[in-house]
Amino acid sequence: MNAANRHEAVLQYAVRLGDDALVLGHRLSEWCSNAPFLEEDLALTNVALDYIGRARMFYSYAAELSGDGRSEDSFAYLRDCREFTNLLLHELPRGDFAFTMARQYLVDEYALAFMEALLESADPQLAGIAAKAVKESRYHLRRSRDWMLRLGDGTEESHRRLQSAIDDLWGYTHELFELDELEQELVAAGIAVDSAALRPAWDAAVRATLDEATIAVPAGDWSVRGGRQGIHTESLGHLLSELQFMQRAYPGLEW
Amino acid sequence: MTTEHHEQDLAALEQRFQARIDAEEKIEPKDWMPEKYRQNLIRQISQHAHSEVIGMQPEGNWITRAPSLHRKCILLAKVQDEGGHGLYLYSAAETLGASREEMNQALHDGRAKYASIFNYPALTWADIGAIGWLVDGAAIVNQVSLQRTSYGPYARGMVRICKEESFHQRQGYHIMMTLARGTAEQKAMAQDSLNRFWWPSLMMFGPHDAESAHSAQSMKWKIKRQSNDELRQKFVDQSVKQAEVIGLSIPDPDLQWNEQRGHYDFGDIDWEEFNRVINGDGPCNRQRLAHHVKAHEEGQWVRDAISAHEAKKRQRNDRQAA
Ligand SMILES: [Fe+2]
Ligand SMILES: [Fe+2]
Repeated sequence: MNAANRHEAVLQYAVRLGDDALVLGHRLSEWCSNAPFLEEDLALTNVALDYIGRARMFYSYAAELSGDGRSEDSFAYLRDCREFTNLLLHELPRGDFAFTMARQYLVDEYALAFMEALLESADPQLAGIAAKAVKESRYHLRRSRDWMLRLGDGTEESHRRLQSAIDDLWGYTHELFELDELEQELVAAGIAVDSAALRPAWDAAVRATLDEATIAVPAGDWSVRGGRQGIHTESLGHLLSELQFMQRAYPGLEW
Repeated sequence: MTTEHHEQDLAALEQRFQARIDAEEKIEPKDWMPEKYRQNLIRQISQHAHSEVIGMQPEGNWITRAPSLHRKCILLAKVQDEGGHGLYLYSAAETLGASREEMNQALHDGRAKYASIFNYPALTWADIGAIGWLVDGAAIVNQVSLQRTSYGPYARGMVRICKEESFHQRQGYHIMMTLARGTAEQKAMAQDSLNRFWWPSLMMFGPHDAESAHSAQSMKWKIKRQSNDELRQKFVDQSVKQAEVIGLSIPDPDLQWNEQRGHYDFGDIDWEEFNRVINGDGPCNRQRLAHHVKAHEEGQWVRDAISAHEAKKRQRNDRQAA
């Protein structure tokens, strides 16, 4: 990769990570005033804030790299579905509380390992974002793992809901560990995280938690992928139409 | 009540209680207090708590649509603060013997009220500005006064809450300022919002002193420290200047500086509307309550799961210990 290509690749990589954080943060923020009890409402909002904050850091870095006057908001508000490159797991509608916590747990196990690896990035800005994210993800994981155990152990209903959530989510986890050419090149340059290498530890941790929560590990016979190429579930378009409403209805204004 | 208390007669206890109030002593949870004082406080504090929580809905309704990531984070943090205020206040009411479950039930049954302002809809982004500026602004005026309320846990809760409230008002005012300085369309959006929220904000202070059902006794017990009309005047005076600074006009033709009083005179409040909205015919009364009930009912299985898990954990621990 020459310098110009690398510059563009890092920009795209930052946008990808920003997209992951933004759409998940959006889904979490939908819980505000809808959580099962007030303390949990505040906790979910906290995690939403962390993720949206993370998106802002990645987008701001991408904006800086673009050098063409784009801002964090250009990335969030002015791209359509096909240009969003988040992994699909992050965008799935929030579902019930079991679905939200199960997704969060699967993401948290991944995000913590991912951010720990990103700490070692040759790109100091990415490593700097990771440093903040690692601390947050540690707390997120402690919480979501605890919820897995509570819901798995709780009542027949909570167990059934958690099992069905894990079953519905499982096929979306595979693409977390797949790298396209862009990411492979950035891995070779010591910039990006080799997410494929995170899989064994993730598998072991998730299986141990599911086991402790008495939840069956789903058979690995289905998988959906496409987020990094902008092939999304239809739900993303609706998410964006809500997220981007103001910027689309009143283009180019300051708020 | 202890036997020692039984020996004294009620009148003496009440006299001593009033003397403590008069001496500006704070009443604490374990202290003797008249039953009516307790009930009055539970009513007021739980209503205040419900207002914080129901108030999350109109603003929460804009979190996913906030016009920039910066505004989105501020709004999320703000709405989260309001939930936190609800928590402090429920805890303060719990020190008086009310339970969260009972208070929630009273809200759902319509026995407990919440601030009627939240029965108005947040329709445009400017409403997020107006709510922060005016609704939080009015709440602050009231809450600053309540920092000196006679019940200790309530007063301390207010001190904590007031620290966060000024950020709420500033962010709202800043949204309004940005719109007022923006395009004609943005300015119109801000003005429309001020037009809709001005009078309901004045109503937040409640009926005129002469007509206020709970006022006289509450003032004597120093649950309330300033009258509805005094607080309302304070709010009008500060808001008129703030509106001027950003070039928006208060929708009141009778608004005028009164040199003699050193205050602004303002027009008559439409008390019919006030009563109509309080009694259920506001634009959002039904949705606000239905939203809260729905979240509570949908969360039942989660709360059940926690209790079942805790019970099982205790059993497992007991078995291990045995
Ligand atoms: Fe508040
Ligand atoms: Fe507030």
